[in-house]
Amino acid sequence: MAVYEQTYKRYAGPLTPEWSRFFIIPRHAYRGVFKSKLFTAFFVICFIPLLVEAILIYLHHNVNALGILQVNVRELIPIDASFFEAFVNLQGGFAFFVALLVGPPLVSRDLRNNALPLYLCRPFSRPEYVLGKMSVLLILLSLMTWIPQLLLFLFQSYLEGARWFIDNLWIASAVFIGSVVWILLLALLSQAVSALVKWRVVASAALLGIFFIPSVFGEFINVVFMTRWGHIVSLGALMKNVSDGLFGTFVRATGRISGFDGREMILNEPPLWCSWAALFVICAICLALLSRKVKAYEVVQ
Amino acid sequence: MALPAAIQEQSPTEQSATSAAVIDLHGLSVNFGHRPILQNLRGDLRGRAIGLLGPNGAGKTTLIHTLLGFHPPSSGTAQIFGQDIVNDAKQIKSLVGYMPERDSFIAKMSAVHFVRLMAELSGLPSEAALERAHEALFYVGLGEARYRKLDTYSLGMKQLAKLAQAIVHGPKLIFLDEPTNGLDPPARARMIKLIREIRDSGEAHIVLSSHLLLDVEECCDEILILRDGQIAVYCNLEEERKSNRKFLMLETRGDQSKFVEAMAGLGCEYALTGDHRLKVVLQDGVEVRDLYRLAVEGQVQIRRLSYKRDSLEDIFLKAMENGHGCL
Repeated sequence: MAVYEQTYKRYAGPLTPEWSRFFIIPRHAYRGVFKSKLFTAFFVICFIPLLVEAILIYLHHNVNALGILQVNVRELIPIDASFFEAFVNLQGGFAFFVALLVGPPLVSRDLRNNALPLYLCRPFSRPEYVLGKMSVLLILLSLMTWIPQLLLFLFQSYLEGARWFIDNLWIASAVFIGSVVWILLLALLSQAVSALVKWRVVASAALLGIFFIPSVFGEFINVVFMTRWGHIVSLGALMKNVSDGLFGTFVRATGRISGFDGREMILNEPPLWCSWAALFVICAICLALLSRKVKAYEVVQ
Repeated sequence: MALPAAIQEQSPTEQSATSAAVIDLHGLSVNFGHRPILQNLRGDLRGRAIGLLGPNGAGKTTLIHTLLGFHPPSSGTAQIFGQDIVNDAKQIKSLVGYMPERDSFIAKMSAVHFVRLMAELSGLPSEAALERAHEALFYVGLGEARYRKLDTYSLGMKQLAKLAQAIVHGPKLIFLDEPTNGLDPPARARMIKLIREIRDSGEAHIVLSSHLLLDVEECCDEILILRDGQIAVYCNLEEERKSNRKFLMLETRGDQSKFVEAMAGLGCEYALTGDHRLKVVLQDGVEVRDLYRLAVEGQVQIRRLSYKRDSLEDIFLKAMENGHGCL
């Protein structure tokens, strides 16, 4: 259909492979996301902790620099599982705010403008649509969480030697699994909220509420019932337990109180499997919601 | 190699009539909850441009949505170009384009970005998608406005943008759901012209759903009238037009008696409807020029001769009055 010919012509050229088509959504979405200078600046700021982490690892192995600074960084900040866990958690916090900015409009905008039939009338399925929308966040958050963390792990291994790398390979797997679980949870929750709420601001507020309201409720349960099982409804606490479990720093007994009879009671966190199961249930609910809402047309019965 | 004369003379419409079915309905039924929306639709549609007619709530849009795989059939099935709408949904979707009835677009996008995205989702590589997006927007007449945000478009421009995204990947079958909704007369004329151009290009079949009879009459060669989710009438407009050529209305001056006797002699049926007016049914082998010859011989002047035409409106109204028809 050349412009000068102005006639209808069928397309007879090559087609892209079907499996790769969900990548089209993030590619086009990033054009819109990075148009905002404010967001771009924030995204750059998210990499500052990683820079600090890289400098600390470097200083840890640079004797001259340590001599000049007259600081014994090796004793001050040991490069071990806790070191990586602290930075993974910090980046997780930044990832939450990025998800809060990018996630809510992804599906809600399409629902508000009835765009879903346009996607789904093409050789593009509902799972591909959800995967495409989720990959907007998954790629973006991966770039600021596990990918740089693993590169820094490799950097540390390079400076420390192969022995350290082999002995601490489990840290890399903890970094990867912990980050992926977190960003998957963020992506699923933000998509589910986005599919339920058509207005961006309300969707952002709802996402924020999902993280903070159950935390408050969980703490209320903990205080009233003198337990730690309230953490089972708090997403932050669940993720902390899972992360602690992965990095080998999980402790069940996190508090002691004196009972009415004067005896001391130990407050135990829910078992790790409970935290994993709770996260799994939350993800399943999100997927069920997406499956219900992401349709070309909703049939009102 | 020269084609036989009979085939050479066939119009694209006539050729399509003998070609394979575009849409094959095999007892297709769709329920929403317990409410039947489409009931046991059967038949095959072969036209170059198929019109879906019916009053509001007849099931036109549901039929299109079911063919596109948006709603699962509750029983029966359908085929598009021989492929099953349930089992081969992805293959079918790569062959079709869809222009929805309602406003559908992606916010905060320019028209060219939007149409390009739609082309890429249909499987076109990025560069080809961009090229086709420009071409499609020029084709529908939005060339000058293609860098403007869709949110700023008027209703007519949004309709054209929807048409552009439906044809950008060059589909073999295009579903147009109420394409002239809300358009002013010039915009409507432009939309109809585009639809006819696509039809006449012979590159794509069109399914046009509308409740505006004139739109369907101007664009389609085959119509399916739905009523309460069932097929009320199937009609090949082209055949209808051909058969209508046998019915004539004449206005004459002079003594009609010899003239009508002569016509009866040729085997034509006639009915006098006034002093100088008569209706005539031509027999096979009798042409209009034969009537003129008889008129000269009987010293009768033929002042007016017109084909009595069963308009689409007549067909539609009959369908609404009569019971359910079938293909």
